[in-house]
Amino acid sequence: MVRELKQSLLISLWFVFLTFPLLVVRVNTIENVVVWRWGNILWVAIGAFVLSYCWRYMLARRKRQTRKAEEGVDTRGPLQAALDNVQLRNRAMAVLLVLAAIFPLVFDTYQTSIMVTALIFVVLGLGLNIGVGLAGLLDLGYVAFFGVGAYTYAILNANFDLGFWMVLPIGGVLGCLFGVLLGFPILRLRGDYLAIVTLGFGMIFKVVMENWKTLSKGPSGIANIDRPGLFGLEMTLEQSTVFIYYIIVALVILTIIVTNRLKNSRVGRAWIALREDEVACVAMGIDMARTKLSAYALGAFWAGMVGVVFAAKTTFINPAGFTFMQSAIILSIVVLGGMGSILGVILGAFILVLLPEYLRAFSEYRMLVFGAAMTLMMIFRPQGLISNLRQIYQYKGSKDKTAHDG
Amino acid sequence: MTDKKHKLLEVKGLTMDFGGLRAVDSVSLAVHEGEIAALIGPNGAGKTTFFNCVTGIYTPTSGDILLHPKGLETRRLNGLKPNRVTEMGLARTFQNIRLFPGMTVLENVMIGRHCRTEAGIFRSIIRNRSVREEEQAIVESSYQLLETVGLDKFVNEFARNLPYGAQRRLEIARALATDPFLLLLDEPAAGMNPYETAELDQLICRISEEKQVAILLIEHDMKLVMKISNPIYVMEYGKKIAQGSPLEIRDNPKVIEAYLGEEADA
Ligand SMILES: Nc1ncnc2c1ncn2[C@@H]1O[C@H](COP(=O)(O)OP(=O)(O)OP(=O)(O)O)[C@@H](O)[C@H]1O
Ligand SMILES: [Mg+2]
Repeated sequence: MVRELKQSLLISLWFVFLTFPLLVVRVNTIENVVVWRWGNILWVAIGAFVLSYCWRYMLARRKRQTRKAEEGVDTRGPLQAALDNVQLRNRAMAVLLVLAAIFPLVFDTYQTSIMVTALIFVVLGLGLNIGVGLAGLLDLGYVAFFGVGAYTYAILNANFDLGFWMVLPIGGVLGCLFGVLLGFPILRLRGDYLAIVTLGFGMIFKVVMENWKTLSKGPSGIANIDRPGLFGLEMTLEQSTVFIYYIIVALVILTIIVTNRLKNSRVGRAWIALREDEVACVAMGIDMARTKLSAYALGAFWAGMVGVVFAAKTTFINPAGFTFMQSAIILSIVVLGGMGSILGVILGAFILVLLPEYLRAFSEYRMLVFGAAMTLMMIFRPQGLISNLRQIYQYKGSKDKTAHDG
Repeated sequence: MTDKKHKLLEVKGLTMDFGGLRAVDSVSLAVHEGEIAALIGPNGAGKTTFFNCVTGIYTPTSGDILLHPKGLETRRLNGLKPNRVTEMGLARTFQNIRLFPGMTVLENVMIGRHCRTEAGIFRSIIRNRSVREEEQAIVESSYQLLETVGLDKFVNEFARNLPYGAQRRLEIARALATDPFLLLLDEPAAGMNPYETAELDQLICRISEEKQVAILLIEHDMKLVMKISNPIYVMEYGKKIAQGSPLEIRDNPKVIEAYLGEEADA
């Protein structure tokens, strides 16, 4: 404690020394005098001291926690402990469901529309989570699958007048196909190489859409895409936003159910094993090619589906909407939320989409804050907001054991 | 005596080159039903490389690896993918422990059941009754294997938190979960204390008897090898220099020289 204070003090002195010439001494060349701004140095000293102390405190805390974890002590925070409680979790889920259902009735169209965007990113995050979080396959071009879905709807709608409901599954399936298409050449790649190839794939999609003018109308994009229909009912803009909101909520629920079931299944375990140790995984009889391809295909499936919803929501899409930036944000959602954790990804999506939306006043500093937050996250909570729950299985005679555990 | 027993694994003239280095040099060896065979030799002799060739991690430069499952036709393993080899009933453990550290002990064993179960993506999503039953069967059989190797008290622990000796036994349990008829163990006693090693030799004998699994093991602990394994194969610099019963091996001048040479180097 005292040592930490002393060190922080030293650091603040060091900063004072470093910034002294810049922040204190100002030579006024017109009047030929030196202005001494002592006030500034005080702020530097205090700021450096506080920041450095916080830094040290957090680091020490993390070290203590890892030490405890190594000794097998329960280091779950109150939130994590609450999540492990099944009853509490079910209740929380019911409350959330009700909140989601009444949201558009309480808030206006603008809020609902923002919420739709956030939920779109929830689905994207959950989809990418299959590849990155569960199977450990880094994908920096995920937005391409999202784009495939969006363009599928836009093109089929503009040229063949196909409706939303018709194209929704088609978008998913096409996304899936592209996932497999990308998956094949990169089966053998790992780490950095995988990152580069997927990054390239994302770029290729954008370039193709910009230049294949007959198909995609180039950079000017496709406009006047139909909103989702409901038995041919005429809908105002407000009504249709609410309708889309319920569609995306349904899609989110479906995604959660499906990914949750997969995660705790034979297939999901194979993905996780692949992430943990590829050689051991293959030596245990798991077909690497099939497992990897299924992870890519399934992740891309959700992106394709939600791409259709996106196109229907905005009624206008162009290649500029599917940039690397989007891929980076989706990836950040997964990493920030906690790789492999479904709840974490949902939380991550809300934070990364809604916060910037409501902090428009600081929009100039958005990327700065974003970068700083991610850096701090990686230092202090590398496992993400919510670390993966450990799956507990029931087997014969496990009843009495869990009883005495709890 | 061994002639009468069914031959499970037959390796003929196996050679493996890494660039200019011949890590395994025309090694022949056979493992019969009910045997606990051992492969020994000084460090760098090529034992692990031999295992990696047999289990499909490397494709050997030349030679034949033949598997004769009982009641089924003979299969040549050269160039097959590791998962296919495992499916055929040949499982292994790793010298440098390769568990799935972020999965629980039970899940590690459950992974071994993967190739003996079938629920695919669609059935996993629907999760109908047959899938749930399969899932439960995986859990039960995996738990039983944990009991067999004495790790049942760690079921829900993360594999990375296990003590070293327990991790080695977990690898054995995971390999057994693939229902092998032949088990390759790469230095199962490495890093264990004498007490753990004593437990291990009982475990290996029990597996061989109760589960009808033949075993081929690499080991540096001579006491363990001499005690439990019958044919012993000795390698040095990639070549097989001797084979025979523990008594024959103990008195073989070539073997003594190989090991003395190693000590003199060290
Ligand atoms: N992938 C590889 N590439 C190049 N050389 C290799 C490779 N794997 C092993 N070798 C070399 O092959 C030789 C045999 O190695 P191997 O690991 O099979 O020995 P070992 O008998 O298992 O030794 P130890 O008792 O130390 O485990 C060594 O010289 C090693 O450096
Ligand atoms: Mg070795």
